Amino acid sequence: MTSQTTRSANPTVSRVRLERRLEQPRWLQIMSPIILLGVALLFGAVLLRMVGANPWAVYSRMAGLAFGDAYGWSDTTLKATPLILAGLGVSLAFRMRLWNIGAEGQLFIGAWFATGVALHLLPETTPQPLMLLVMAVAGFVGGALWGGIPGVLKARLNVNEIITSLMLNYVAIFWNNYFIYGPWSQRGFGLSPQFPRTAWLPRFTDYAEQFPFLRGITAHFGIFLALILAIVLWWVLRQTKWGFEIRVLGDNPQAANYAGINIVRNTVLIMMLSGGLAGLAGMSEVAGVVHRLQERFSPGYGFTAIIVAWLAKLNPLAIVLVSYLFAGLLVGGDAIQPAGIAQMLQGVILFVMVGGEMLLQYRVRFGQV
Amino acid sequence: MGKPPIFRLFSLLLIFTLLFTACAPAAAPAADGGAPAEEAAAEGDSAEAAPPPATGGEASAPDDGAVQIPEIEEGKFNVAFVYVGPVGDGGWTYAHNEGREYVETEMGDEVHTAYLESVPEGADAERVIRNLARNGFNAIFTTSFGYMDPTETVAEEFPDTYFVHVSGFKSNGANFGNLFGAMESMKYLVGMIAGARAAADGSNRVGYVAPFPIAEVIRHANAAALGMRQTCPDCQLDIRWIFTWFDPDLERQAAESLIEAGASVVVTGADTPGPVQVAGEKGVYGVGYDSRNACDVDPEHCLTTPYWNWGPIYAQIISSMMDGSYVGGDQYFDVDSGGLGLLGFMDGQEPMAGVPEEVIPQVQELLSQMQAGEFTRFDVFTGPINNNKGEEVVPAGESLTQSDLEGIDADLGATLGRDGCTFCMSWLAEGIVPDAEIPQ
Repeated sequence: MTSQTTRSANPTVSRVRLERRLEQPRWLQIMSPIILLGVALLFGAVLLRMVGANPWAVYSRMAGLAFGDAYGWSDTTLKATPLILAGLGVSLAFRMRLWNIGAEGQLFIGAWFATGVALHLLPETTPQPLMLLVMAVAGFVGGALWGGIPGVLKARLNVNEIITSLMLNYVAIFWNNYFIYGPWSQRGFGLSPQFPRTAWLPRFTDYAEQFPFLRGITAHFGIFLALILAIVLWWVLRQTKWGFEIRVLGDNPQAANYAGINIVRNTVLIMMLSGGLAGLAGMSEVAGVVHRLQERFSPGYGFTAIIVAWLAKLNPLAIVLVSYLFAGLLVGGDAIQPAGIAQMLQGVILFVMVGGEMLLQYRVRFGQV
Repeated sequence: MGKPPIFRLFSLLLIFTLLFTACAPAAAPAADGGAPAEEAAAEGDSAEAAPPPATGGEASAPDDGAVQIPEIEEGKFNVAFVYVGPVGDGGWTYAHNEGREYVETEMGDEVHTAYLESVPEGADAERVIRNLARNGFNAIFTTSFGYMDPTETVAEEFPDTYFVHVSGFKSNGANFGNLFGAMESMKYLVGMIAGARAAADGSNRVGYVAPFPIAEVIRHANAAALGMRQTCPDCQLDIRWIFTWFDPDLERQAAESLIEAGASVVVTGADTPGPVQVAGEKGVYGVGYDSRNACDVDPEHCLTTPYWNWGPIYAQIISSMMDGSYVGGDQYFDVDSGGLGLLGFMDGQEPMAGVPEEVIPQVQELLSQMQAGEFTRFDVFTGPINNNKGEEVVPAGESLTQSDLEGIDADLGATLGRDGCTFCMSWLAEGIVPDAEIPQ
């Protein structure tokens, strides 16, 4: 990495070097996200000023929309749910250094499986808990199968999983489109019929009769699934032998091989689990929010999950936190129009945070050659 | 020394960050295709067509300059518009935003408008619509097919707020209605112009770029075929299904394929002016669909463009809401409403250079009948009509009903409180090449 050098005006005298820190100081590890967020917001403020907006008004309105009241939290939770689920899936694969960037496709296939159960496999009269359970299992299995394809190809034939998982995203989306315009279509439009009520994930607002303060809180119970899975995953990775194996596999496959850890089996298994979690995100979206399969029901959650997982440094509990921040950023984006400005702002904040994280791993050295 | 894996990971991640950032606005124009509604744009000056951070924004926005925070203004009737694409798309959303600006100009003393653009059709739509209602907007217009369910849901929760959904089929007889227009009337006139051109060229062949095999698209293609046969009884309408509303490459390829098959006029039902451009490159003629800007890419080779003119429609609906007379139902306007336009033939416009002289008075005559309400979409679809295999579909004297035009089946008709279709819209009209099929 020392190849990242730049020459100053006088090449013979000095050069500026970027050097990787061997160890990040503890304070930097804790403070870095806060510092970076500050820098990002400052940078965004300059941009807002340039287009003629009042940065303070925009920021306070964004924060208000996302976290200002119970409705804001509800909206943010709604968006955080798929991000947490897909983020957990992505982080699991990343931990083993398997670059699964196919979460979006796995999410679509999960949704497709769940839709198949709700509309075609089980009758409308199925009790709600059973219906939802089967849908969740189907969503997980669907995502797992889709994630398993690059997994098997990687494990058996050493095919690059970045390419295969990325390409399968498009296959999944077209697969989905075929069904919603064809066999599962309602009137040839890009959507399936609505699910029966038994296939709807309960929303908080559904309990407004008993608990009036829940009225208008449209977040659904998928968030519980997401939180429970985050904790389970955190525990598994931290406390179990298998969790340790995955980390060793990621850090040093050769050592893992010597230690008798089965690489082939774990590669396939991890990719399937990773895909399954993304598939659950798809199931929770169609059952909790859209209540039918439709075109573009995911505005790229599977891709966003990759950034979430990375900013959270692959820690399952941090993924919950980062997903909420991220969801808040997306929800707050409605605070300002045209939408291009909000998107630019989101981009700037993300880019500074991701890029800054990298720079903080290095230190700048001035000195003679 | 190999690059540490950490660096590769960071690179990958930065690329994804960029992808996320860059894709958000880029995905938006594609998104408006999701609506089975046509993508068309209203007449108007291009002053407001500039990309987002341009100058001419909201006069009444709480923030200065181009940016807008969508909030209500006390003491006015507040109307919000939810758009699927960016206002600068030069197409579907552009047309709706022109309509909003018309309202702001005409009724600005009493009405305040705000908009949210590029709102995805999934989970976000319901959230955005609910927020607008919660923030006190009196009326909310949602302008893409995919907003139908979310609009219905929120309309139930806010009975004192008006909701109008463009291009769907749901309404509740109270505060939630749907809205669409008879673009097929304009497509009939387009067919007349295209037929006359093909006859003059001696090709006797017109091409049609069709987005999806849904009732709306079939209806428009059929109307164009019937119109074409009025001015060119020997002409045939060739058709290419592209299964997208917005894909510049596919649209161009379809146009090329139509021209190679002998068409000397290409009519597009999709989003971009690409087919018009291709026609120009091949020295034949095109008909746009998005906006009258569609002809700007090659005025010499562009015959016309049918477009939406939402302003007067919106103004009328908002007025009826303000005086309390609005009842949410199926509102389907025809040419006499002023909500539809045909480039080159409206007041103050001149026909494009490529339109054959002899057809101009014919089109003008029929258009003025349409504007007077004497010739409607039902007259376009009055029997006898044969299908493209020569079999009779609609007997002489019979007209299609609204359910036929929209291809509403019996099941859905029951839920909508109207009869299902009898003739439906599952056939291709005479004039379309005999071997053309509706893809399954």
